[in-house]
This record gives sequence, C-alpha cells and structure tokens, in this order.
Amino acid sequence: MTTETMVRPAVADSGAKRSELLAQRVRAARWFLVPMLVALAIVAGWPLLRSIWFSFTDASLNDLYGAEFIGFDNYLRWQTLESGRTIYRGLLVDDAWWNAVWNTVRFAVISVSIEAVLGIIVALVLNAEFKGRGLVRAAILIPWAIPTIVSARMWGWMLNDQFGIINDIMLRLGLISQKIAWTASTDTAMTAVLIVDIWKTTPFMALLVLAGLQMIPKDIYEAADIDGVHPVKQFFRITLPLVRPALMVAIIFRVLDALRIFDLIYVLTPNSPATETMSVLARENLFDFDNFAYGSAQSTLLFFIIALFTIVYIWLGRVNFDGGDR
Amino acid sequence: MKINKMLVGLLTSVALGGGVAHAAELAMVSGDTGTGLEFLRGQLDRFEEETGHTVTIVPMPSSTSDQFGQYRLWLAAGNSDIDVYQTDVIWAPQLADQFLDLSEAAADVVDDHFPSIIESQTVDGKLVALPAFTDAPALYYRTDLLEKYGKEVPQTWAELEETAMEIMEGEREEGNQDMWGFVFQGNSYEGLTCNALEWVASHGGGQIVEADGTISINNPQAIEAVEQAAGWVGTIAPEGVLGYMEEESRGVWQLGNAVFMRNWPYAYALGNSDGSAIAGDFDVAPLPAGSGEEGRSAATLGGWNVAVSKYSPDPEAAIELAMFLSSADVQKERAINQSNLPTIESLYDDAEIAEAQPIIPNWKEIFQNAVPRPSAPTQSNYNEVSSMFWGAVHETLSGNGTAAENLELLELDLADIKGDSW
Repeated sequence: MTTETMVRPAVADSGAKRSELLAQRVRAARWFLVPMLVALAIVAGWPLLRSIWFSFTDASLNDLYGAEFIGFDNYLRWQTLESGRTIYRGLLVDDAWWNAVWNTVRFAVISVSIEAVLGIIVALVLNAEFKGRGLVRAAILIPWAIPTIVSARMWGWMLNDQFGIINDIMLRLGLISQKIAWTASTDTAMTAVLIVDIWKTTPFMALLVLAGLQMIPKDIYEAADIDGVHPVKQFFRITLPLVRPALMVAIIFRVLDALRIFDLIYVLTPNSPATETMSVLARENLFDFDNFAYGSAQSTLLFFIIALFTIVYIWLGRVNFDGGDR
Repeated sequence: MKINKMLVGLLTSVALGGGVAHAAELAMVSGDTGTGLEFLRGQLDRFEEETGHTVTIVPMPSSTSDQFGQYRLWLAAGNSDIDVYQTDVIWAPQLADQFLDLSEAAADVVDDHFPSIIESQTVDGKLVALPAFTDAPALYYRTDLLEKYGKEVPQTWAELEETAMEIMEGEREEGNQDMWGFVFQGNSYEGLTCNALEWVASHGGGQIVEADGTISINNPQAIEAVEQAAGWVGTIAPEGVLGYMEEESRGVWQLGNAVFMRNWPYAYALGNSDGSAIAGDFDVAPLPAGSGEEGRSAATLGGWNVAVSKYSPDPEAAIELAMFLSSADVQKERAINQSNLPTIESLYDDAEIAEAQPIIPNWKEIFQNAVPRPSAPTQSNYNEVSSMFWGAVHETLSGNGTAAENLELLELDLADIKGDSW
C-alpha cells in the first residue's frame, strides 16, 4: 500500500523517473526470488535432472557412479531374431507399465471427481449457519490430519475380511451374505483404495471450496431471493460460477497428488497388480529389483505425464493462479 | 573416511590391547513379528551389561520385502547410522558388497552351525552374515478337532483338502460360521513365493530356478501343484487368504477359526500363550507331500542372520554384537522363549530346549526336507524372479488364468531377465 501511494505521484511527474523506479522494483523482486530459486534448484531441479540422466544409463544401486550411457535402450530397444522376427523391449512396450498408467489415471479420475462433488456438498453445508458450526468444521478435518500411513493401516484392519468391522456391519445389516476380501481380491482392491482416499481427501476439497464460498458477497443471493430465483438455479447460476476458480485450483492440486499416489496403495494393497500405480512400480524397480536405470526411466516418464497433464489442464481450464477468471 | 576408519581401528586396537574395551553406541535394525523385538531387547540388555556398549533397536515392518527396500536404500547411500542389520537368508548374494567379511571373526564358531546355512551366507568366500536362527515352516493342526472327527494328520495335500473340508463343514453346521479349513500366506509378497515353492517342490516340480541356473518352473508337476492350491481359495481357505501374510493367517488360526495352518515356528509359542483360544489344542507336523511318484514333504528354508554394515563407524563393537547374537547362548534363549530354531546343530539335543519347546527336536525332521529359494543361482535378480513367481501364482489363485497359462508366461519372463546368464 505504502509503495503505491509513493509511486503514484512519481508517475504523474515524469515517465523517466517511473521506469527507473519500476526497474528498481524488478531488481529488488529478483533478489527476493533468488533464495527460493536456489532452494528449488537444489531440492527439485538437481534430483530431477539426475533421474533423467540415470534413465539413459545402465545404473544399478550397487554402482551408481559407474553407470554408462546407453541412450534410449531403457525406453525402447529392438533386436531382430534369426527367424526374422523383431522383438521390442523396454518401458514403452512394457505391459506392467501401461497397466500402472491405466490404474493411476483411473484412480485419479474417479477419486478426484467424487471428492470434488462431495467436497462441494460438505462445503455448502459448512457454509450454512447453524449451531456448533465451528466444532463441525474442525471435526471434518480429522481424516485429512491423520498421516496417510496411519489411515491406510487403520482402514486395512477395518477392511480385513475375517475380523474387519466393515464386513461385520454389512453382514449384520444384511447387505452382503459372505465376507468380502476387500484388499485381497483383485475385483475390490481398487474400490478399497478409492474408499480410503475419498474419505481422506474430501475434507481438503471441502476446505478449499469453503474458502471460495466465503468470498461470494451475500447481497447477490439477497438480490436473487428478491427476484424469486429457485435455490437450485441459484446454485448453478451464482454459486458454481463464482466458486469455480477456487474449485479449479483445488482440483489441480488433487489431480497432481492422485497421479503421484504412492503411500496409501503401498500400505493397503502392496504388490497387487489391480492397484499398482506408476510411483509404486517405479519404486519397486528402483529399489527392490536392482533395476535402478529402468526405474529412473519410469520416474522420468511419470514426470512428463504429470507435466503434460498440468499444462493441458491449465490451458483448457484457463486456471488463473493470480486469482479470479481470466 | 579412510583416515577416520584407520583412527577407529587404531583406537580400538589400543583399547583392546590395554584390556579396557571402549564403550560404543551401536544401532541395529530388526523386523518385528509377534514378540520378537521384546525378546531382542532383553538379550541386548544383557549384551550391554557384559560389554558396556549401548545398543538401540530400530524397529522395521514385518514384511521382508519392505525391509529389503529400505536397507538397500540406506546401504546404497552409505548410511553410517545403522551398524548391524538383521538379514533374511535370501539377501546375502544381493547385499554382499555392503557388509563386512565375518569369516575371520567367526573362524572358531562357524563349524558349530549347519553347513548349509553357513554356505547360504557365504558369497565368493566372504561370510556376509552370521546365522541367528533358522526357520522352516510346518503344518499346524488342531488336535482336538482331528480327534473329534476321528481323523489322522494328513500326509498328502489331497488328504488335507478332504479332512479340512469335512471338519470345516461339520463345525459350520454346529454354528461356527467363521470356521475355515486351511490358512496360509497368499498375499503377493515374498511369503507367497515360500508357500508356492513348497507346493511345487512337494510335487517334484523343482525349485523354480535350479542350482545350475536353468529355469525349470514350467513343468506338469508344478502346474498340477499350483492348480491344486488355486482350488483351495474360496473352498477350504477364505478368499481373503489372497491378502494374508503370516500375522493375518495366525490371527484366524489363533482365534480357533482354522483346522490347519501353514506357518513358521514362531506361531507355536504364541499359540500356546495366555489368551490364545487354542492353547494346548494343537500340534505341528511336516507339511503334506504332493501326489505322484516324486511326491514328498517340502519346507522352504527361511531364517535370519546378523550382518555388519561396512559403513559402521565402530566395526569392532558391531562385530562383537553380531557374534553375541549368533552365539549358542542367545540361540538357546531364543529357542526356549521364541520357539525359533537354532542354527547350531548340538542345540537340537539340548535337554532344556526339549523340555520348554518339545517341538524343536521334531523340527529336525522338517529341517531335513528344507528347500532353498533360488537366491544363489539368480543372484542380484532374485527379487525380480521371486516377484514374478509370486505374481504368476497370485494371478492363478485369484482365478486370472490357469496355472498352465501363467507358468508358461512366467517361464518366458524369467528367460528375459536371465538373458545369457543370471
């Protein structure tokens, strides 16, 4: 505020002075940005570049520094057999990898869609005025506050087929006739993971949407009420468009998280091909299988898939991170 | 680093030479199953008292696959925080470069241990780890139920199926809807490799990859064995067995809801502990044999060892600790308290052990049928091989494809990993 009031008279004075001041501010801004850029380069840029580098080598964990460059062999290589058949090998033709990509995308789309809808509903409820609202607002955040490892373990026991409480309740209610092996059976493993993820992250969605809701001026609704606009129409014509910027940001946060999902699946359904995601598969190759270079290639591809997705989303959704619609 | 190590070595030798051992602060990692950590703490207290060193336990998850990933990471990074690692019998070829050679320190005691176990921990002449206890699974059965239905302990898998079915149905009719015939470890992890290797080997179907490196898994006996096991899921075993590890199957068993269980010796002491629904009502026998001419009982060789990290800042004290944990003294305590099997041959004739854990002498027989997992021939590829094997078996158990289809694919995948040689 103070800078603006100081700058404004200068603007009126002369153009030369203005540009000098502006340049000064830009210089100052750069200096303020330097620590963050350095930190980012060290903790994000360098490891990323190294991973990409390793994906073009034959590195193994026992001998990281003796790695030799082998080009794109980890991604795709081929050899022609004596019979004339050409055999393709590498990440781009690896069924396990594409299965993991499909699992990840499926998980991200389903979980984020449901979380968004539930998040809006919860936010609308929390935005209404009722007694004990503060308490409910705090209580609803609990699933989000519990560390994922803990909630995954907790749900693991609740979903246990023999002594899990979920099966017990459903049996007593007569919803199922036989105990379901939630995390073990390939048919239900993904459902189990989705249940836990939705339970955990709906509060996060609700919180961001709630923040958006509170920015909407009350007088718009008053005007709509006077004009006799139906509440459902009010929601679709007033609430949704105005809360959209906040919602879009919340969704992209969630999608990025969902595409990287690791901990929940690693604890709840380890090694199950029905839920194995890109991150889980990459870790397995990196550390368990001694295929460090191949795992690096998977991590690299994972990075590019997420980057591509983000760019497309921002471009299509016109998400403006400066706040408000473009 | 080098100077540091030399300095430590120098100081240690001076200290030892002077007859005053210096006090070191050590850290060891160990997975947790049942009451294993509690016991370990008790032994370490004794060690601390005797030597003046202090030892911190860093507890790890019970899944060996999880532990391995973490250790591999720490060792690759040259982590010096952990001095002593508790290692699975299959890890020696994969982590040999990261551990100290113990053959000199243990020269006087190696001959007391079973030669096959020492051999499994020796890589290119380097003794990578000292055995702490060995493990071979057995068939746990309910003596009260077998008696009630007038049944014998099953000698073959087919007999087990039949007996399990009959008792399970009988008990269910009497009102125990949660009763099951057989529980084992069917989750997709290293434990399934152990279980399935037993099925395959007991049918005379080989050991997945033979000692000379040939891939043998795609054969009629192996297919028959896996197919038979697939028939158990949803009939005598709960469908959830596809997600069970050791502790989950013990959970069902110890509540009294299973007639038979395949598990490691640790479940014996726990099954007889206070609060167990089946204390005194069960016994163990060798695992059933497969059908066919080459049918025999087979048990996967397990077991845990102690290895010293080459990044330990205090290797002398760490080796001292490793020696202590594999000593006859501690192994005897372990056998009495934890029903863990000793690796020292003479302890099987020990009167005190026989009195406290009468099953341990029985295990000598099971131990004679032990089959090693193919960690030696497949070397650093073992984890991937094992993962593909348990993956193929898990698919078959889940009903995705027949054993014949999955094992044929497995053979192809293994050949791919193998390339020209392992």
